[in-house]
Amino acid sequence: MAISTGLALLFGLPLGVLVAHHPAWRRPVLGLANVFQTIPSLALFGLLIPVFGIGAWTAITALVVYALLPIVRNTYTGIAGVDAAVREAGRGMGMTDGELLRLVELPLAAGFILAGVRIATVVSVGIATIAAAIGAGGLGVYIFRGVATVDNTLILAGAIPAALLALLADALLGVVERRLVWRQR
Amino acid sequence: MVLEVKDLRYHLPGNGRPLVDGISFSVGAGETLVMLGRSGAGKTTTLKLVNRLLEPSSGDVRVSGTPAHAVEPTKLRRRIGYVIQEIGLFPHFTVAANVGLLPRLARWPSDRIDARVRELLALVGLEPAEFAARFPHQLSGGQRQRVGVARALALDPQLLLLDEPFGALDPITRLELQREFRALASKLGKAAVFVTHDVREGLLLGTRIGLLDGGRLAFLGTPDDFRASPQPEVRKFMEAA
Ligand SMILES: Nc1ncnc2c1ncn2[C@@H]1O[C@H](COP(=O)(O)OP(=O)(O)OP(=O)(O)O)[C@@H](O)[C@H]1O
Ligand SMILES: [Mg+2]
Repeated sequence: MAISTGLALLFGLPLGVLVAHHPAWRRPVLGLANVFQTIPSLALFGLLIPVFGIGAWTAITALVVYALLPIVRNTYTGIAGVDAAVREAGRGMGMTDGELLRLVELPLAAGFILAGVRIATVVSVGIATIAAAIGAGGLGVYIFRGVATVDNTLILAGAIPAALLALLADALLGVVERRLVWRQR
Repeated sequence: MVLEVKDLRYHLPGNGRPLVDGISFSVGAGETLVMLGRSGAGKTTTLKLVNRLLEPSSGDVRVSGTPAHAVEPTKLRRRIGYVIQEIGLFPHFTVAANVGLLPRLARWPSDRIDARVRELLALVGLEPAEFAARFPHQLSGGQRQRVGVARALALDPQLLLLDEPFGALDPITRLELQREFRALASKLGKAAVFVTHDVREGLLLGTRIGLLDGGRLAFLGTPDDFRASPQPEVRKFMEAA
């Protein structure tokens, strides 16, 4: 889950920047990410199994796909939301595009980007649980086994940690967000 | 001449109407050319053509003798101090970081940056000890304008482009900043193009006045000539003062 969110960030951040700086890419990229987001997770697993086989790789790929949209969209929203006058001042004083991105746009968009990572992580925990259905292991295994054997203890043994994990990841990233992000006003 | 502009033209791609239509002027060290003109006359566009935020359709811009088109835009801009209409301070940087940004990008040692920032803040009338660590949202409008000017002076450019830097201020603060700017400009000996639509401000600050009207330079001369000019475009402006 941490791997997939990391990968999603690795792809999602540059995609978000691309989309923010080149309006022509906006519709295709966000549109495609949206389409993936809309496919039910089990259906996506079904589509990926012929490619990656049963197991962890299919699960990780699916998680990356799901985590991508919130990250791309929030990176884009964050950068697009940077005050035009601030960008103009930076360019006007002779900052290069790279300096502007690194020192101005990304720091000012950090709040949105981290919020995107947070959503992506929480979504990932949910989908990672379902990934047990395709033999990728994880807490979902207990839940599915518990359902199959009508064993409530077993279900809860999977469900409670999965829920706690999602809550914990969310809280943790919330703390990071508050620490790292420059407070708007 | 620090800035020479010859027959500058700019029209948007596609749309044929020129926004800047064949203007020529030059500004030497110690001079302040005030660019007057009503809203939409092409003042901001002219400044952006000088520092290549916009590329001229035709014409010639030289900064300290070097053709602007022969220099990489980012290098050119670092040699020109620019204060935009909305100031545009970086909200996540302190005052010191805003003013010291270009020196930092130029990899000055940090003690030299600190000294430069203190010097510049004092120059624009802000007590360094009090203001250096503040963020832009902790400043008044007038203080922000001062920081904007200090930031533009950071690398000691020979040319300053100021786009209505005192636009959104109360009349008293505005007058105070105008006086200070005049003292500063003659003390530093910079060449400056100062855009405004306020005639009184223009006559106070300008060693020369240019009047833009529909992308053309309808008038170019001394403040005294401007006051005495019978030209209808000039009269209209003088009557509004
Ligand atoms: N990107 C653009 N697309 C279309 N028209 C533009 C664009 N930029 C400027 N213009 C037009 O060019 C003209 C000159 O604009 P400019 O910003 O230079 O005016 P200005 O003299 O600075 O006015 P103000 O005093 O209001 O700042 C205006 O009519 C404006 O509508
Ligand atoms: Mg303007």
